Amino acid sequence: MSLDQFLQYLVSGLSQGSIYALVGLGFTLIYAVTKIINFAQGEFVMLGGMLSFVLMESAGIPMVPALLLSIIIAVVIGAIMYLLAIRSAKKASEVSLIIITIGAAILIRGIAGEVWGVDAVRPPFFTGEKSISFFGALIHPQALWIVGTTLMITILLHLFLSHTMLGKALKASSINPEAAKLVGIDTRAMGLVAFVLAAALGAIGGVVMAPLTLTSYQVGVMLGLKGFVAASIGGFMSPIATVIGGILLGVVESLAVGVDWGPFTSAYKDAIALVILLAILLIRAGRLAAEERGS
Amino acid sequence: MLAKASDKWVWIVAGLLLVLLILIPFKWFLGPYTNLMIFIAIYTMVTLGLCLLMGYSGQVSLGQAAFFGIGAYFSAILSKTYGVNPWLAMLLGATATGAFAYVIGIPIFRLRGNYLAMATLGLGIIIYILFRQLGQYTGGPDGMAGIPYLSVGGFAFNTAFRRYFLIWGFCLASLLVSQRIVNSRTGRALRAIHGSEPAAESVGISVSFYKVKIFVLSAVLSSLAGSLYVHHLRFVSPQSFDFLASVVIVVMAAIGGLASIWGAIFGAAAIRILGDEILPRFENLSLLKSWDLDYLNIIVYGLLLIVVMVFMPQGLFVGMRDAFERWRLKHAQREAVT
Repeated sequence: MSLDQFLQYLVSGLSQGSIYALVGLGFTLIYAVTKIINFAQGEFVMLGGMLSFVLMESAGIPMVPALLLSIIIAVVIGAIMYLLAIRSAKKASEVSLIIITIGAAILIRGIAGEVWGVDAVRPPFFTGEKSISFFGALIHPQALWIVGTTLMITILLHLFLSHTMLGKALKASSINPEAAKLVGIDTRAMGLVAFVLAAALGAIGGVVMAPLTLTSYQVGVMLGLKGFVAASIGGFMSPIATVIGGILLGVVESLAVGVDWGPFTSAYKDAIALVILLAILLIRAGRLAAEERGS
Repeated sequence: MLAKASDKWVWIVAGLLLVLLILIPFKWFLGPYTNLMIFIAIYTMVTLGLCLLMGYSGQVSLGQAAFFGIGAYFSAILSKTYGVNPWLAMLLGATATGAFAYVIGIPIFRLRGNYLAMATLGLGIIIYILFRQLGQYTGGPDGMAGIPYLSVGGFAFNTAFRRYFLIWGFCLASLLVSQRIVNSRTGRALRAIHGSEPAAESVGISVSFYKVKIFVLSAVLSSLAGSLYVHHLRFVSPQSFDFLASVVIVVMAAIGGLASIWGAIFGAAAIRILGDEILPRFENLSLLKSWDLDYLNIIVYGLLLIVVMVFMPQGLFVGMRDAFERWRLKHAQREAVT
């Protein structure tokens, strides 16, 4: 692989990894506050992308309001999901909650398939498609949007968690729910906040990603899984670790496809992330078990 | 006295159901539903494994379709491409699947809950990708056709009528074997584990050993079901074993009820009848005229999963059974008082 090829794969890995990072942030937030893994997380990426396409192409809404509206609709769906499905299962076991979020995932996916059909769609690029040359690698302007948005969201999220009252309350109820309740934080409302934020993060990812990678009703499962891989590389701890995890995954995937040797071909691209997932989970198994016993 | 009377009734009801089951494939009775019933039997075997796993270890596997698929492809490839005797192929498939589940189960069952679910989901999708990509063996995304029938001596199971009895025989045998396991030392150990893992551990039960054991059992049952599936359809393609296929098995188990052996039949039957017979009729309603059946299925599965888990986390069948038991108890008490 020559240097410019390497740079090319690195750049595409960075932009793909940014999406994984956004999905992973959603997982991390919800898990921190509610100890739930939301298996429907990837569906919000799908919703963001599909909605932005439908609003712009079919409803003819201009780009900026269409993008905002897509994110808002996804957020409302996230809130409904939490209030109707998660919250009403008050004392559900972990397995029940897993099954409930899977139910929500395939419900969203089924409705999307029913309403929008199977075709992959491409919403318009934000700012054209004239690539920028960078040491021989071509960078698509949409890739810059993806990476830039992820960077900005990470910084905003960090500021939100450490500098606003709501953010601090969120953090408090993830660290110690009982103590948070004692100082007057409504921890159940914090669950809603986490789900809403996670839906927004997913939808933002979907909105910026769709013009470059295309989107369809069924992209949710794989993106969800890869976001989960990002969150597990980061150890489900800090947002920053999750973002690094997502970008690492994107770059590894992209370079592995670039190597094009043995199992490292585009046909097995998705399998690479899953093998990494299994490896991480198994390596961490001991620690995860200890953590659960501790909590 | 009461227990004995109800025992007698159980035997009578079971006998009647068995007669019904035997009569179903005859043309003058419910012959047109023979195929549907065969699929119910096959999916009962797959669901049974997951019901046991979920009910007794409190864990869920989101990759059960992979084991189903390994059995199916083992039978398809060995019997068609390499001309191996289909029965031997089935046996080899079940052995290989069991061994695979054991080897992967030891590390994977150190995980619990969410992490275990994610790991099994990832594993299931990896295997699905292999089915698609190893085209020179599996026929790739198009799958493979022309798989031979099972036969004994000169008697080939080449009609749906014959296969009905073969496959239901396997299904009932699986249910009875599972029943025995649940009522044995292993079953008691599993119940203890489900009650409290630390307590079970402290009386000398190896928690992870029993969890892996039930995981292996579920894999072997799924693999056998997969072999029967390909010798019935004579065709196999990866789509039958994708993520959604694993979710459908979870839906069946959720309907059937966790830890319930006979609930597995109920769950598999409810979902197959819903998907094959009931929903297609809705398609003709003017309201749903333009609706696509594939998505309608998925939507209904999603709703079922949410509603059942929110209101009856023990599963629909078990939930209804418990409600009935409570009602009977109340009734009996009232009678005793008067």
